[in-house]
Amino acid sequence: MKSIRKYIDRIKPNFEKGGKFEKLSSTFDAFETFLFVPDKVTQSGAHIRDSLDMKRTMTVVIIALIPALLFGIYNAGYQHFLSIGVTKTFWEVFGLGFLKVLPIIIVSYVTGLAIEFIFAQIRGHEVNEGFLVSGMLIPLIMPVDVPLWMVAVSTAFAVIIGKEVFGGTGMNILNPALTARAFLFFAYPSEMTGDKIWIAGLTKGENVIDGFSGATPLGNLAQGIMGHLPNDTDAFLGFMPGSIGETSKLAILIGAFILLYTGVGSWKIMLSTFAGGLFLGLVFNAFAANDYMTLPAYRHFLYGGFTFGAVFMATDPVTASQTETGKWIYGFLTGMLAILIRVLNPAYPEGMMLAILLMNVFAPLIDYYVVESNIGRRLRRLKKVTVNNVN
Amino acid sequence: MKNLKLLTNPLNNENPITVQVLGICSALAVTVQMKPAIVMALSVTVVTAFSNLIISLGRNTIPPRIRIIIQLVVVAFLVIVVDQVLKAYVYDVSKKLSVFVGLIITNCIIMGRLEAFAMSNKPWDSLLDGIGSGAGYGLVLIAISTLREFFGSGSLMGFQVIPEGFYQMGYKDNGMMILPPMALISVGIIIWVQRSFNKKLIEN
Repeated sequence: MKSIRKYIDRIKPNFEKGGKFEKLSSTFDAFETFLFVPDKVTQSGAHIRDSLDMKRTMTVVIIALIPALLFGIYNAGYQHFLSIGVTKTFWEVFGLGFLKVLPIIIVSYVTGLAIEFIFAQIRGHEVNEGFLVSGMLIPLIMPVDVPLWMVAVSTAFAVIIGKEVFGGTGMNILNPALTARAFLFFAYPSEMTGDKIWIAGLTKGENVIDGFSGATPLGNLAQGIMGHLPNDTDAFLGFMPGSIGETSKLAILIGAFILLYTGVGSWKIMLSTFAGGLFLGLVFNAFAANDYMTLPAYRHFLYGGFTFGAVFMATDPVTASQTETGKWIYGFLTGMLAILIRVLNPAYPEGMMLAILLMNVFAPLIDYYVVESNIGRRLRRLKKVTVNNVN
Repeated sequence: MKNLKLLTNPLNNENPITVQVLGICSALAVTVQMKPAIVMALSVTVVTAFSNLIISLGRNTIPPRIRIIIQLVVVAFLVIVVDQVLKAYVYDVSKKLSVFVGLIITNCIIMGRLEAFAMSNKPWDSLLDGIGSGAGYGLVLIAISTLREFFGSGSLMGFQVIPEGFYQMGYKDNGMMILPPMALISVGIIIWVQRSFNKKLIEN
């Protein structure tokens, strides 16, 4: 550790103002602060600082994503061997999944970070840390068979149009990872929907056992097929087709626990998102106008990306509501919209992506009215007090 | 010199779409392919130029209180002429443009130029201004439609440009490019590129 510190201190002058590589200072800064806690001190006023800067926050989210990632890797291999009817050992299954998922992660990180670094050099600011998480979220919400160049295109779109255009990390209106997915969803629908893409190798269709369907539970439900749903244990543990990271609710809940324990994710948003979903699910149950509406409300959480979205996407501190009351409203509406889109619009089997993006757009408006109503309430209180004092 | 400015200003510094942000709706609607976009650009140029000329000729006799109605009558007359010409000579494109030819009447660029320029300038200047504005509009239209047709359908002017081999290797046309949201994003990108070259346009 010491030798790295020494090496960094030795080459540091080259990157400072007037140095040889002045242009690359933000690149240097990115690596230095990635390796060590920065020693910058506030110059004026009294501030309390701890080491939890944005990079550490992002690292916590990455750690929280690891259970979902590991299970996603295993499930990718598991579903593949299931589709060709072969039984393999744990490590063979995991290894195949690893080979399928790793390239997607690499492509996502390389594309995104390359763009981030280029923008940081041009604009002369620090490299934004935000992509550390987005780069991990993007592979987790992709189907496993997605072509790699599409991952690259969508990542580039998300980082440039979704984030850098607005001024980089912290300024974006939409969640970058979901922007990438939405871009793919609308640009290349044949690669993002249907019943073949969720299992590695199924599009090619080699050695697939007869009658095997790769449809996700939500895909079946959207077509009105109620019979092929996995049982609750499988759905909770994640043994079903779906985007890489979304299937295992257990792994996501472990991640949620890490986020909540460290205080990085907002429990209000998570709780209210589930509450919103449950509420509308129960309303649909009460009406029960078609088969889909009779689906027990809690099972909406077990299928598709609802849980993943509620834990990792809706809680994105940049794009969610900032006010405490706003968080309740934002989460509740996100949950409701997701179920609404799922049940009432068969064209979109999964509603979580669109629900979160839509609420991202509305989050500033919610905040605005929360703040306004607070101002109004305090003004009324002030009036009352002054009236009483006069009397 | 001044006359030349009237022609060239709308192309860059005072571009109707990217600077004045007028006529966006039709820019989103007709830019899926290049052919309709070019026809649309020409039609709008003709209408802007001649409506500018006609209004400028009569600017001293038009009563101010009913000037908008008179402007509309002139524009509507020109649009009908253009529509008939398109139907006669390029029927298939005219089919594709459908209502958007008729909607040239409501194009903000035309009314904007009539009110802002033709009502207070000489006929020759007004004609040039109209041609310039139409050309500035057309330039952006063609740029957007090139982007959208190339990435959305893999062709330019209806000819396949991206070779078949690419598709066999797994390349796919970008379906989002055909949808209107991507046209809006394309306009945004063009504005971004233009402003990074033309620093005068950047507000403080």
